[in-house]
Amino acid sequence: MYPSRFRYEAPHSLGEAIQLLHDGGGEAKVLAGGQSLVPLMKLRFASPELVVDINNLPGLAYHRAEADGTLRIGALTRHADLEHSELLRGTQPTMAAAAPLIADPIVRNRGTLVGSLCHADPQGDWASVVLALGGSVIAQGPAGRRSIPMSEFVTGPFENMLETDEIAIEAVIPAPRGHRAGGYLKLERRVGDFATVGVAVAIETSGEMVTRAGVALTGVGGSTIAATEAAAALTGQPLTPESIAAAADLAAQVARPRTDHRGSAEYKRHMVHTFVERILTNPRHAGANGSTAHTGTGERAA
Amino acid sequence: MTLVYDDRGDEAADVFPVRRIKFTINGQKKIAEVEPRLLLSHLIRQGVGLTGTHMGCDTTNCGACTVLVDGRAVKSCTMLAVQVDGRQIETVEGLAGASELHPLQEGFREEHGLQCGFCTPGMMMAAKALLAANPDPTEEEVRWGLSGNLCRCTGYQNIVKSVLWAAEKLRAQAGE
Repeated sequence: MYPSRFRYEAPHSLGEAIQLLHDGGGEAKVLAGGQSLVPLMKLRFASPELVVDINNLPGLAYHRAEADGTLRIGALTRHADLEHSELLRGTQPTMAAAAPLIADPIVRNRGTLVGSLCHADPQGDWASVVLALGGSVIAQGPAGRRSIPMSEFVTGPFENMLETDEIAIEAVIPAPRGHRAGGYLKLERRVGDFATVGVAVAIETSGEMVTRAGVALTGVGGSTIAATEAAAALTGQPLTPESIAAAADLAAQVARPRTDHRGSAEYKRHMVHTFVERILTNPRHAGANGSTAHTGTGERAA
Repeated sequence: MTLVYDDRGDEAADVFPVRRIKFTINGQKKIAEVEPRLLLSHLIRQGVGLTGTHMGCDTTNCGACTVLVDGRAVKSCTMLAVQVDGRQIETVEGLAGASELHPLQEGFREEHGLQCGFCTPGMMMAAKALLAANPDPTEEEVRWGLSGNLCRCTGYQNIVKSVLWAAEKLRAQAGE
């Protein structure tokens, strides 16, 4: 399968890339890892006139923590880099849980986290993770840089709020205000399939008290769903079987699953409940090395 | 290598220019002129003429088209040929030496790691990258590392054994 004809540019500076997008007038697409865009172009669901390949841009393949704990992930950081990251394993339990569950090992060598956020697939795992962590996307355009909260970044299925001449150059996860814990669980029929259901939970605790919580759902609605009421039910008190059950109920209520070949709506809603409960009953913790096994903890159904 | 494109006139050539790229494949330097929409898998098979890289699903699922680009395993149906400008490609044809099979190929023979053989080139290339990163993997790590490659014949048991066999031989060779 061939994509439609397109013009291809691989600029060596960000300014040049933005200029190309600007001149492209909405008919241009940014190519980073290409693991979603190239298949879409082959199926002719996307037929951009111009492809701006950003793989030659310098200084975008990084992920690093600032002194205060803010995590920054560059636009060319591959899923595999995050999967094998000691930094994530030590400080970001929800992200470390999700990284090995993105697509399959070979796709993870090319695909990028920032690209996945931009693609805005309702079944994309990273969007839920970044949403649960209260993260944001840094966009750069002709007028400069702006920060867009993840909660506003996705405007619909496969739609984000970037201007046509803006490039998402970085994802930012804010510094924790306490001890970080959480997890990501994904039900998939086989490795590399889209999520039947995915649940991201990120909490911060101070002593026994949950000081911040985020819960987000993958694959059970027209876009990634922030379960804000579930998160609120966890905040301001210690984690108890009662608070966990309440959060699981609220998360399941906000899910909008549809019956399809991956399962019935009832089943998917039930799995949201189960996953919220399961993550919170036995969360991964920042700083606990053994908590992030290399082989992942994905739920895989036959 | 030769790839032939439709001549749509000079105007079209200005809008969608063919691009000249240089790359290395299995140690051999190549120059190609490609349409940007040409996939890496097509460059390898129809351009260079190395048909060991198989096209299975053409939808990023099966991994039969797996090759190494600068040492990293990629699905060559999901990368544009223009993107390998200046890069090193390894395909299954690059595994064997002049007179000797690569330990991975030996392993697949010894442990009966293939039946129809269609997925085998992709399996071997994914395994090569896996063993380069982790020379002494557990069975679980091999299974996990090959989870982007589908096989419809073997049930995977013998593929995993083959890769473990190769890992052992490669470690023995490295220790010599």
